[in-house]
Amino acid sequence: MERNIYLPYRMKVAKITEEAPAVRTFRLEFLDPAEAENFSFKTGQFAEYSVFGEGESTFCIASPHTRKGYVECTFRQVGRVTTALSNLEEGDTVGFRGPYGNTFPIDEWKGKNLVFIAGGIALPPMRSVIWTCLDNRKDYKDISIFYGAKTVNDLVYKHELKEWEERPDVNLYQTVDPGGETPEWKGEVGFVPTIVEKIAPSAENTIAVVCGPPIMIKNTFPVLQKLGFKDENIYTTLENRMKCGFGKCGRCNVGKTYVCKDGPVFTAAQLAELPNEY
Amino acid sequence: MGAINEIAARLLETGEAKVVIGYGEGSFGSVRPAFARNQEEAEKLIYDKRCTQNLAMYVYKKEISPLRKLAIVANVSTLRGIIRLASENQIKNGDIITLYINELGEVIECKALSEIEICLAEITPEIKPEDKELIDKLDAMTPQERWNFWISEMESCIKCYACRQACPLCYCTQCAVEVNQPQWIPVAANTSGNLEWHITRAMHLSGRCVECGQCGEACPVNIPIHLLPIKLAEEIKNIYGTVSGMKIQESNTLSTFKPDDKENFIG
Amino acid sequence: MSKIKKLSKESFPLLIKKISETQHVYGPVSQGKRISYQRISSADELASDFIIPDMSAKSFVFPKIEKLFSYTKNKDGVEVQDINLDNIPHRVVVGIRPCDAAGMESLKAIFSWDPSDPIFETRLKRTTFIGLACNQADDYCFCTSLGGSPGDTKGSDILLTKTDTGDYIAEILTSKGEKIVTLAPDLFQDVEGDLQKEKFLANVPKRFDNSDLQNKINAAFNTDVFDEYAMRCMGCSACAFVCPICACFDIQDETKGSKGQRVRLWDSCGAKLFTLHTSGHNPRETQGARWRQRLMHKFSYMPERLEVRGCVGCGRCSRRCPVDMNIAESLNQLIIDN
Repeated sequence: MERNIYLPYRMKVAKITEEAPAVRTFRLEFLDPAEAENFSFKTGQFAEYSVFGEGESTFCIASPHTRKGYVECTFRQVGRVTTALSNLEEGDTVGFRGPYGNTFPIDEWKGKNLVFIAGGIALPPMRSVIWTCLDNRKDYKDISIFYGAKTVNDLVYKHELKEWEERPDVNLYQTVDPGGETPEWKGEVGFVPTIVEKIAPSAENTIAVVCGPPIMIKNTFPVLQKLGFKDENIYTTLENRMKCGFGKCGRCNVGKTYVCKDGPVFTAAQLAELPNEY
Repeated sequence: MGAINEIAARLLETGEAKVVIGYGEGSFGSVRPAFARNQEEAEKLIYDKRCTQNLAMYVYKKEISPLRKLAIVANVSTLRGIIRLASENQIKNGDIITLYINELGEVIECKALSEIEICLAEITPEIKPEDKELIDKLDAMTPQERWNFWISEMESCIKCYACRQACPLCYCTQCAVEVNQPQWIPVAANTSGNLEWHITRAMHLSGRCVECGQCGEACPVNIPIHLLPIKLAEEIKNIYGTVSGMKIQESNTLSTFKPDDKENFIG
Repeated sequence: MSKIKKLSKESFPLLIKKISETQHVYGPVSQGKRISYQRISSADELASDFIIPDMSAKSFVFPKIEKLFSYTKNKDGVEVQDINLDNIPHRVVVGIRPCDAAGMESLKAIFSWDPSDPIFETRLKRTTFIGLACNQADDYCFCTSLGGSPGDTKGSDILLTKTDTGDYIAEILTSKGEKIVTLAPDLFQDVEGDLQKEKFLANVPKRFDNSDLQNKINAAFNTDVFDEYAMRCMGCSACAFVCPICACFDIQDETKGSKGQRVRLWDSCGAKLFTLHTSGHNPRETQGARWRQRLMHKFSYMPERLEVRGCVGCGRCSRRCPVDMNIAESLNQLIIDN
């Protein structure tokens, strides 16, 4: 019999990492080894995570597909489901349905420079693709990461930022919004688009990936375009509200485009064709 | 056309109103809410005996409210809705010009809310004969029969919330059914979820309902849901002597304690 | 495989009786001011002399509450119990209107868009539709404007057309229909010659020309025609819930103590919470954008992505709208304006 498409896998919360105020990362492992064996995903895809009795919530898979046996997600405690998730402890059971959606075309990016630009809680989808590329480091030329948050405390994956900072094969530019810095802060101060403009990465043979709140995306695209990036070489992810994840519940569409099926990864060229309903 | 069009045109022309909420010709001989933003649209407004819908809920609707100042064509239901909204501080003097059309077909232009009160002072609110008939029928039933009646009606409810959206007093920015931490009212349109929703709504409206019956009119599956708040309004009138939507300085009966309140219903 | 037979007015109740010996039979039943599809045990219970039931027949394949699975929480974690598709009943729906039956094709397109939904598919497979052609219509009916007709056979397994004598012309359209005939073959009489079905059908005039509808509606996307709709539409879900095709849904958990179930519930693009992000951002911020989504989804996005329209012209949404948002009128206006 076909598998019930609404039935989640049961996953064990194997590890909880506190990232920032109200932001946590869960490492999830399949309870059923056979399900773990058959499961695969590609970077960029998302899933439905659930607490039984509270409901489902949609996040990207934040771990790279190069690391097998688990998936990770990072979420901020906001609504009913994320609050319930936040109340869980290591060893508890959650539901996981997925993977859904398209992926970052990392094979097409081979031999190119990569510029990753992320803001706030939008680093998770980026983290998946960053680690996937770093795990295949020789396939890509220069890798630069721009990451900003409101305050130093709001930066997520602090331990990994440190790791990227120390790697000679990664250029990391961190920034916090004006007023968000601490006396010890050594990074930049300013909004992400401003810092990108200041550092001015070359558009030559380069792919840019931008993830962040709508306002950051809207302000970063023009900067990249000014630096000479073509819209086809600028990627982002959309995060419209979803319930099913597979094109039926009717929520996430932007015009005729379904974020769950056609996305969540889009190029700036594709976004330009969409109505402003995201 | 009559005075209503001329007045609407004038209010728009002088800028006293940015939009006039009223009635227009609808599908196949029916009327529908209509919105005049210019002279051409003002000409299309109508008023006749078909215009029974309470339009007061449009006053706070998100797509209209920012256009204040508003003007609104009003029947008695709409007048009472506006007065109740004013007594709950949802409208203040100067937000709205009310064009009340009285029994004689005269348009009475109320710029101040107190002028609406004067119009209402001459009116004795009455519920529709068919509603009265059904209420009497329900009153004559045993509690068990009445329960069975409502349970059977609730089975048809699809939780489309037309009742809430049509109600001039359901203006909460977050309705109790939308609160999910905790989930007070089950989301599913099953019998218990439907019952909890309609009882909650009726209780929230008790002492506030202006008896327009709009919730029942709006129901796509013909549940006489308006009878619940209307019956409660009747009870409140009998116990406390208050009628909602007649005076601005009217307190919220059920949440106001008065030393001389009757206590004979406390068992 | 269409085969034409005759079913006399005396045989019709016998057929219902025969079917109900082995399967649950449903049909339009009158209850106070309401006509809805209900379980029946005899043909006497069927409502007569009405245009169309208040609710569509979609709930047979897409009920307002669909259990997706259940779960039990205990100290060791959570146990999950999958649903058993074998429990989905075999049912026969008698008297479904041709528009409702035709709507099944659009629903199927939605639910079988990869990945196919086994719950929906099983419900559809196990439901037999004995349609009844319309011999009356009202001003809100506009099936003929969208390629349908009061005698359309699409979606029905058998279509009955009542003739002036009260007897029925029975078109046997599918193998499911054949199975019904084999339950009581004697009730179906062979016929000779043309029974002139069209003579007994309601007249539903065309209200607009649909030839370039998709392009015209696309052209309207950024026009101010939606401003008036934004003001008038009050944002309830009545239109979506009475619609035979609207299939947008919500997923919720319903728990009692340690046990519960995850359910799929009807939802509607007209509701402001439908697309609201937890951040407070709403991609379809105004009621105008939400009404536009309703029209675009049915007449542009579905034709583009699923090759079917999301509307069969039953007119329910317009009949039932508390503020007279008349969909055929809107379409007509968009066609004229663009």
